[in-house]
Amino acid sequence: MTVTEHAKKHPEVWRRFSPRQTLIRYAWYLAIVAVATWSISNLDLPWFYFLDAHIQAMDLVTRMWPPDVSFWETLAAPLLETIHIATLGTIFTFFIAFPVAFLAARNTTFNTVTWFVGRLILVTSRSVNTVVWGLFFVAIFGPGPLAGIWAIAFRSIGFMGKLVAEAIEEIDEGVVEAIEATGASRLQVLWYGILPQVMPVIYGTSVYRWDINIRESTVLGFVGAGGIGILLYSSINQFLWREVSLILLSVFGVVMISEFLSASIRQKIS
Amino acid sequence: MNISSEISSTTIPSWHRIRMIEHPVLRYGLMVLTLVYILWSLGTLDISWHRISTGSPRAINMFARMIPPDFSRWALLVKGVLESIQMALAASFFGMLLSIPLGLCGASNIVPKPVYLVARTLIVLSRTFHEIIIAIFFVKIFGFGPLAGVLTLIVASTSFISKMIAEDIENLPPGHLEAIRATGASFPKLLIYCISPRVLPRYLGVSIYRLDANIRHSTVVGIVGAGGIGQVLAATFSRYDYDFSLTILMTIVALVFLGEFFSSWVRGYLR
Repeated sequence: MTVTEHAKKHPEVWRRFSPRQTLIRYAWYLAIVAVATWSISNLDLPWFYFLDAHIQAMDLVTRMWPPDVSFWETLAAPLLETIHIATLGTIFTFFIAFPVAFLAARNTTFNTVTWFVGRLILVTSRSVNTVVWGLFFVAIFGPGPLAGIWAIAFRSIGFMGKLVAEAIEEIDEGVVEAIEATGASRLQVLWYGILPQVMPVIYGTSVYRWDINIRESTVLGFVGAGGIGILLYSSINQFLWREVSLILLSVFGVVMISEFLSASIRQKIS
Repeated sequence: MNISSEISSTTIPSWHRIRMIEHPVLRYGLMVLTLVYILWSLGTLDISWHRISTGSPRAINMFARMIPPDFSRWALLVKGVLESIQMALAASFFGMLLSIPLGLCGASNIVPKPVYLVARTLIVLSRTFHEIIIAIFFVKIFGFGPLAGVLTLIVASTSFISKMIAEDIENLPPGHLEAIRATGASFPKLLIYCISPRVLPRYLGVSIYRLDANIRHSTVVGIVGAGGIGQVLAATFSRYDYDFSLTILMTIVALVFLGEFFSSWVRGYLR
């Protein structure tokens, strides 16, 4: 058998996957599609709503254009309030997330119980959405920006605490040991050994969270927790679509600026 | 000449903690600025201190009414939670599908500039607005119910995943693309043999992460009437039905915890 005959009989085509791998892959695809189908069919979606959706959407767009620029005067104060809510909420988080992160990091916590408590605080804080925290604090403090500030702070604790705790767990233990060897107390070890190592992470995550919080605080008003959301909600409910479009434009501007600021500050820190 | 003072000031430098910002003027300046900002912004905010001082008895009252959590309406709870999970699953599925074309179009090294710009604008637009704002619009267009919620989550997932895909493709070493192109491969072949092997693991990881995020968000789009457990939760709050609210909140925490556990398990398995 010549080489060409052999090649004709056993064509060796290069394939990325073995047949077994391919089979497993298709099984996964099938499973994913099955889960999606199950979900969609159970949701009982009214598909006929799609029939006139484009008409509704076009209607909305024509009503929204052009933006009502004179509304700007009413808009400015709540917009500033939104920024204040996000910033103050982040500043408060900065101080609260700190001790919680030390509880939730394995190498700085006191014992298993305190570690578990720290983790529980972080998980609870993260699982409950900012707006749900908003509902909660509006019930306590009444409607207004204070409820919003607490909502922002309570949601951010979990986010910042988790990242800072991870940073604490990854510090250079040699530094800590060196400071312990000088006879430093627990607090001094923390102050001189651990803090300087995690400070950049703390500032970085705060700034990162701040820009997320700006986005979150734009909707806190829907549950009465202050900011531009109150105005947006009332304009939508009164069908003042040209005001709505100006609000959306301003929200877009603020979020873009904050994202840009946050990115450039973080670049400087790291 | 005073030698001892000279030695102490030159040869023995005093040790101090490493500071985040070394320059003292800048450091203290920023601290003062922050303090001034806090005072100023708190002053401009419309905060009624009287209302806050009456807040603590209200809070205690609220907690008292929350405990014990009310599990008697578990059928409603299960229905809401199931709806949330189904919304999250459906949205993740469509998000995964739609993000592939959008992500490819958002990568500047494989598509022409106009396509890139359009795709990136779409991604930025949908990322800027909070899910709840998007949900309001879908509720206006499609009416109350889970359809608006699913569509909201689809938009959020698509923009999130496609941004990751686009960035991943842009970070591919140019040599890889060139090598496949040099074999005369068409665009689909380029996708299958060069891009997908490099991007797929992270794409799956991000999608699983997004599923977990969708479960979290599906609990909240209901507040504006877009279905799921959030709709039930908002209703209990407005009816002062706090014992059932606590039940729902506890369920959400458990659900999110499970979702996160599942997501990190799958991502560990993928790695």
